[in-house]
Amino acid sequence: MGFPHRSHPRETPVLSKHFGDVDALTLAGWRQRGGYRALEQALAMEPAAITAIVKESGLRGRGGAGFPTGMKWSFMKPGDGKPHYLACNADESEPGTFKDREIMRWTPHAVVEGCAIAAHAIGAETSYVYIRGEFTEPLLRMNEAVREAYAEGILGKNAMGTGKRLDVHVHKGAGAYICGEETAMMNSLEGRRGNPRIKPPFPAVAGLFGQPTTINNVETLAAVPHILTNGPEWYKGMSLSNPKSTGTKLFSVCGNIRCPGNYEVVMGFPFGEFLRDLCGGPLPGRRFKAIIPGGASVPIQTAEEAEATMMDYEGFIAGGSMLGSGGVIVIDDAQCMVKQIARLARFFAHESCAQCTQCREGTAWATKILERIEAGQGTMEDLDTLLEISDNMTGKTICVLSDSCATPIVSGIAKFREEFEAHITGKRCPMRSAAA
Amino acid sequence: MPDALGGSMMAEHEKMISLTIEGRPVSVPEGTSILEAAKAAGVLIPHYCYHPSLPVAGVCRMCLVDVEKAPKLAPACVTAVAEGQVVSVRTERALEARKGVLEMLLINHPLDCPICDQAGECELQDYTYQEGRQDSRYREPKRFNPVEDFGGDVVYVTNRCILCTRCVRFMDDVAHDPVLNVSERGDRAVIGKFEGQDLTHAWAANVVDLCPVGALVSKDFLNKARAWELDRSASICPNCTQGCNSIIETRENMVVRMRPRANPDVNSYFMCDYGRLNYRWINRQDRLEQPMLRIDGALAPVDWERALGAAATALRGKRAVVLASPMLSNESLFMLSRLGGRGIFRVEQGPEAPLEGVPDLALRADRAANVRGAEQMGFTRTASIPALGTDDVLILADDDLAGLDAASVGTATMIVLGTTLPAEIADHVAIALPVTNFAEEEGTFTNLRGHVQRFMQAKAPPGLARPLWYVLADLRALLNQPTAYYIASEVFAALSESNPAYAGMSYETLGLRGLATPETTAGRAS
Repeated sequence: MGFPHRSHPRETPVLSKHFGDVDALTLAGWRQRGGYRALEQALAMEPAAITAIVKESGLRGRGGAGFPTGMKWSFMKPGDGKPHYLACNADESEPGTFKDREIMRWTPHAVVEGCAIAAHAIGAETSYVYIRGEFTEPLLRMNEAVREAYAEGILGKNAMGTGKRLDVHVHKGAGAYICGEETAMMNSLEGRRGNPRIKPPFPAVAGLFGQPTTINNVETLAAVPHILTNGPEWYKGMSLSNPKSTGTKLFSVCGNIRCPGNYEVVMGFPFGEFLRDLCGGPLPGRRFKAIIPGGASVPIQTAEEAEATMMDYEGFIAGGSMLGSGGVIVIDDAQCMVKQIARLARFFAHESCAQCTQCREGTAWATKILERIEAGQGTMEDLDTLLEISDNMTGKTICVLSDSCATPIVSGIAKFREEFEAHITGKRCPMRSAAA
Repeated sequence: MPDALGGSMMAEHEKMISLTIEGRPVSVPEGTSILEAAKAAGVLIPHYCYHPSLPVAGVCRMCLVDVEKAPKLAPACVTAVAEGQVVSVRTERALEARKGVLEMLLINHPLDCPICDQAGECELQDYTYQEGRQDSRYREPKRFNPVEDFGGDVVYVTNRCILCTRCVRFMDDVAHDPVLNVSERGDRAVIGKFEGQDLTHAWAANVVDLCPVGALVSKDFLNKARAWELDRSASICPNCTQGCNSIIETRENMVVRMRPRANPDVNSYFMCDYGRLNYRWINRQDRLEQPMLRIDGALAPVDWERALGAAATALRGKRAVVLASPMLSNESLFMLSRLGGRGIFRVEQGPEAPLEGVPDLALRADRAANVRGAEQMGFTRTASIPALGTDDVLILADDDLAGLDAASVGTATMIVLGTTLPAEIADHVAIALPVTNFAEEEGTFTNLRGHVQRFMQAKAPPGLARPLWYVLADLRALLNQPTAYYIASEVFAALSESNPAYAGMSYETLGLRGLATPETTAGRAS
């Protein structure tokens, strides 16, 4: 894991302000940087008032779906006599996404604080931070932060001396992409196989251990203390394109680009400028061919589409894709699209939980066809078959993993059909011959 | 366990929801799934993972149906009915979706129907013929996994598995013995067994019935018969007092398999391994096939008329002591009880084995179906034969004295009404009359809770064997007590008239699910 790059002047570092600052790791250092003041403020407030502020700020889920966070919290009915739970989704596994990892590596106390505030807001005493099994360093950091917070009386039976009980448990996953799906995560936390559950019932009604549960992404929770400290108007003010998308967003950029890394920009930032100015543009002598802007599950954009896109929830939809988790995968003209799409499909085939027929069989079948086309043994009928399989995999299963597998296939064939056809008619990968 | 009884126990105050399925109006209690509501409307929505006795999984995605105004297809097994809902099972969109599921289920399936035990009763076959594609577009190599012995009576043919997880859910939620799991992910997933465990639970073989395809097959039935060669009869398992409803399957007059028949009041959808596998005795070939009479010191075959005449003569003026098998039908026991004298019975014992997830369902210690019936008919439990004298006639009613000393009968006359005549007792017998076993006749058993249930004839009797009640009807005629019984229901009608426990019952009212005797109903209500 590399050291974070120096912040670009056009970035707006809020969450990433202390990336690379080792002193921010400790509780004392975090307090010097203004940490836990928001929690102190929150614990003196009525839960409903916190939720109202978050609602007002326009904060939306940063895990991929973009659901308004304040509204999600308001589904947790106070005084129902049931224990409420907060689960922090730190199972960041979406290919191309590595923002939560950096938040936990550099500012673990921001996550602890966010969890504590959110737990108070939804009437929960217990929060679980479900960390991806491969995240060894973030796990160490989070464990240390939680230990310190307990030692200093920030968490525990008498959180910050208010008499309220706030517990945070850090749970290490075992390495399954699907456990990032919120209901699969709940099963995993309960000690079961990480299979997504059928909804309804939704987690706010019957979630973890059958009790009302809210699941929020790391980045979402890390933003909450800032909103409380600076006020909803400040957060709402950070919006360059569509007022429904507010605040800053961390984008993880990887692939064929000069300066990969995490970038924090205000919602609505122009994507073309982002790729060229902040991320340094394409590698020397290359040009962008395709961009996957929101992690592996979202439709592929052509470079032209990306150029005209505004980086917020609505902007990416208008640009033919989705904001997703903010994992920007850049593919340049030296890459074979068939190979890239096959690689994505293989990932989903590997990670399917095997519950639903279409997903278990369809992801693997699509992968085999794509790999065959890549090897120069495809037929034109294969493209129709791929599209029909993809259709069967879309909107028919318990969770959206199979939809996610179908998405790059459908958008890939729609936007780069000539590359597929070149493989089929030439009976070999044209990129390979170019390289030779 | 969820409602295994298909909603038959619904409370009357429940709110009813009216909807339309395939154009048919239907009204069902609130909370019912579309799939169950469709059943009530007479529409079968294709499905694999759903089973009324198991928690809903919603994973096979076969039951996708079109609900009016819904943007996406709905899985009928997990979608609750709503007022005024209009459900279509066969819209183009729904048919295409299910065709897609079937194609996906078959891409890695070996298509080995010609050597698969499930062929002919396979839901994968049935729905593929009904709604599937003619051909497959799959051009890749098929996944291969070896066959695995799951222990007990079960073999797992991995390649045929569609991962509906019915077996896993049965072991987890009904048997409460979580031996099975889904191992691995993606298309590598298979049903696995936890390390060091086997399917040795006393009810484990139910997973074979639950498996909608040929993935879990019975070792006992393996390669024994094709499903379409079998004749099936509704019966009752004779092997303990639980009285599980069963189906006897025969091939060329030989019983080859016994399977459970659903009855919410007795055995839900299940049957224990002991019961289902203990059928070979029904096929015994060393049967007593004709009436035998001791003539000049040796047993000789005679016709029924002469044998019955001799029996009547032997009984006249004597006290009858009847040692009856508790596997005899109520009809036979009733006729035996009318001989007067004394009735006794013995029962084989074995360990109890409950099925935890279903209340009051267990393999019972008394290993015969009609102990309760025998008691209601005035027979008493015994371990030995009482002392007998010259004035006594011992009637062995399908009890072959196994484990007892035939010589201890002493000077009493011994008449056998049996399915067999073992050599140990043949020397002591005066008259031997061949009777049918339960699978060769029609009748009723009363289970330990007093539930009276009918069983049908499943195979033809050997030789000249007759139902025991029929033999006794003839005998009574010779003893000047004519009783004109020609069919079993007439005997049952007489029983119903004379015994209050059976009052008001007839074969018609018993039907195929039986009725509880009045005393039992009263006991349950209190």
